[in-house]
Amino acid sequence: MDNSFKNSIQTALHNANLTGALGKFSEAYKVNRARAYEGIDFEALRGRISERKAFAAAHLDEMAARFAANAEATGAKVFRAKSPDDVKTYILDVARRHGVKTVVKSKSMASEEIHLNAALEAAGMTVSETDLGEWIIQLAGQRPSHMVMPAIHMTKEEVSDLFSKAVDERLSSDIPRLVQVARDTLRPRFLEADLGITGGNIAVAETGSFVLVTNEGNARLVSSLPKVHIALIGVEKLVERFEDVGPILQALPKSATAQALTSYVSIITGPVPNTDGSTKELHIVLMDNRRSEMAADPQFKQALQCIRCASCLNVCPIFRLVGGHVFGKVYTGGIGTILTAWFHALKSSEDIQGLCIQCGACKEVCPGKIDIPELIMELRRRLVQEEGLPFIQKAIFAVVNNRRLFHSMMRTASLADRPFVKGRFIRHLPLFLADLTDGRSLPAIAPVPFRDRFTRIVQPKGKEKAAFFAGCLIDFAYPEMGEALVRILNKAGIEVVFPDAQTCCGAPARYSGAYEVAAQNAIDNIKALSLDGVTYVISACPTCTAALAKEFESTFESLGQTEWIQQARALAAKTVDFSTLVERLVAAGRLTFEEGRALGTVTYHDSCHLKRTLRADQPPRSLLRRAGYEVKEMAECDTCCGMGGSYSLKLPEISAPMLQRKLGNIRATGAETVAMDCPGCVMQIRGGFDQADRPVRVSHTLELLDEALNPGSL
Amino acid sequence: MMYERFKTKATGAQAEVHRFPTRAAALDFLAGFLNQEQSADAQNATALVAASMGLADAERERLAACPGVHFDVTRERAAQAMIGISQMDWALADTGTLVHDATAAEERLVSTLPAIHIALVPSSGLYPDLPSLLAQIDPRRSRYLAFITGPSRTADIERVLTIGVHGPKRLIALFVDDLKARA
Repeated sequence: MDNSFKNSIQTALHNANLTGALGKFSEAYKVNRARAYEGIDFEALRGRISERKAFAAAHLDEMAARFAANAEATGAKVFRAKSPDDVKTYILDVARRHGVKTVVKSKSMASEEIHLNAALEAAGMTVSETDLGEWIIQLAGQRPSHMVMPAIHMTKEEVSDLFSKAVDERLSSDIPRLVQVARDTLRPRFLEADLGITGGNIAVAETGSFVLVTNEGNARLVSSLPKVHIALIGVEKLVERFEDVGPILQALPKSATAQALTSYVSIITGPVPNTDGSTKELHIVLMDNRRSEMAADPQFKQALQCIRCASCLNVCPIFRLVGGHVFGKVYTGGIGTILTAWFHALKSSEDIQGLCIQCGACKEVCPGKIDIPELIMELRRRLVQEEGLPFIQKAIFAVVNNRRLFHSMMRTASLADRPFVKGRFIRHLPLFLADLTDGRSLPAIAPVPFRDRFTRIVQPKGKEKAAFFAGCLIDFAYPEMGEALVRILNKAGIEVVFPDAQTCCGAPARYSGAYEVAAQNAIDNIKALSLDGVTYVISACPTCTAALAKEFESTFESLGQTEWIQQARALAAKTVDFSTLVERLVAAGRLTFEEGRALGTVTYHDSCHLKRTLRADQPPRSLLRRAGYEVKEMAECDTCCGMGGSYSLKLPEISAPMLQRKLGNIRATGAETVAMDCPGCVMQIRGGFDQADRPVRVSHTLELLDEALNPGSL
Repeated sequence: MMYERFKTKATGAQAEVHRFPTRAAALDFLAGFLNQEQSADAQNATALVAASMGLADAERERLAACPGVHFDVTRERAAQAMIGISQMDWALADTGTLVHDATAAEERLVSTLPAIHIALVPSSGLYPDLPSLLAQIDPRRSRYLAFITGPSRTADIERVLTIGVHGPKRLIALFVDDLKARA
């Protein structure tokens, strides 16, 4: 990772204003968004939006042509611009013809994308942004840090300094007063401006209409008071039919700011009368800037389903820590990473794509139904394809894939660090590795890996067989979890087999963009796990389960490899996560918990892959209750703990505050124990509590169930 | 039922909502409001009435008798006016939204520039939600369709909700049961 990028992260993390404002907002947003969508079938709504947007994206050229013809029939002038330069040349030409001296603008990300203000100013015009946030940014000479709330990173004191300079009067930081100053200062500019420039939130091909969505009312003034109006609209805003406006307008304000509807929505279809009775000159610039290329890309075409609500930023546990400026360009957050890779260059996403921890929170709320994490993975894959893997990573994968070598190297390393090992943890690491144990201890490596302990387990013959996929953490760090799993399944009459040829699930390689390595992992595991007579392939690690159940196939698909897809599907059909299988066994009466026990309180942490990929957030909770635990829910129970596999190694400075927040939420419940289904989360959270004052017991669900089902076995 | 839902939602968006059985009752309220605002404001602020109101002569005289009331809507007057009065076409219950065909410039001037916007709404123009209204509208015949939900607002400084940035600081909706839709 680039040093200046790492520095910008550090600066953001230490900016208390930024993290305070974003943290507060993101907490409130979740609650308010849910309230705004009350009584609305969000899945159905976003199904419609994504279908209509996907249709328009698949017919982009036709949509643009129909829009142009219909808008021109109303008397508007439409210009279809390919490049940012085309846009600027056209707008400057219109401005020159009208002798424009002053311009008022309402918020437009498309204009930010091409740095339109700089071009207008270079041609001698005075440009005023009129959206309050954009005006603040303009006065500060900055980029927006958020698509919807461009100045969210600034405090009222900073705004008061900027406004004081602008009006040449010392102002207090009283927010209503600052807003009044903006009103008083910008009002004459609206009235005097020669040209008004707006963006457009939706453009309708069948009628030539476009839609402006604002809260302040500035777009109404910009589109009403100056005699010339230019609307600059990205072609991804096109929809086919007027009725398509409905669902987008229903979702946009709810997802953006948790409002039922913004204060103002204007639907403009052709030039309207000016206040002096003349007819307005209306220009609509449809901007492509590589959007057509995106539309032609089988993976990235779905990014055009974006309605620019920024909910992917609002729910992102990383964005709320680092804000928008670390993204380095105009578009920020999850969707911003993807747009930056396209509107600038793939290479410009090299660092920022690494910010994504792949927790999947954004995918759940996207009203355009865009699989943002998957597209970021695809960026990674293409970056690796173009530039190759760094040498160190290649060496790491070579080791990781050789299980016994991997274990002995890890074990040697942990023994070499003996002075730093205390009990079951590595508390401190020397030198440059110190970051890894900053605020979190790492688990000590077990002397004998699970794969070798397994051979000593004596099992009763069962009527069914399950193949156990251990994954690296249970194999090397937590072999006792594997033993507990065997005991529990034995109790239900299932015999466990451990195919020794199983290797890494491929997630580390895949999440690094090394799809070829991941594909080889997939093939090796398919060979190892495709055994006759095995009813289930079970894993107690949701990341591994997700790899077996979903990602093997998609990795092959991404690479265009068809040879192993059938076998990958057959394996996926047998694969099940621990809690889901045990819940089924309990329902079938093959496992029973003693009635009426009171084992105390437990709070449950949802691991990202279990909840959002495997959709299995309820089985562990119901099992814990059956076992006799009282489940007390924590705040943000499904927010990522910051582990993210190698993420916590690459970006420990981000992982650590995510973990601290999680520890705080766990502690606030007062529960004695926190349960989870992922050994990675156990490693992260146990390690966090090991360095904390008031530790809470951290357990994999299977350990708690084992205690309840097999008392005295430990 | 629909009106109650509208009122809840619009009030939630900081609009003020009243309902009257007749035009006469609404005009009584309006005249009272204008007299009160004028006496409360020492600068003798003005109120602008849009032609969309379609007032009968007697009604017009009634309002004209209030201080500072003008019927000729110009850009200059609108920029100075404290109160803008106009008639809406429709309303949406589930979001508390007022909707008008704002193609005529004066429609936009009186509803955007003054600090207070008073909007008369025919009770019969109430729709349950946005899609049900959009299905009835041909945008080619209503070139500037404007949706208004509460007063102008921003939260751009520290996410603190602040009312009245560029548009009205108060939005007062008067539902009138016997008010006819605009032509």
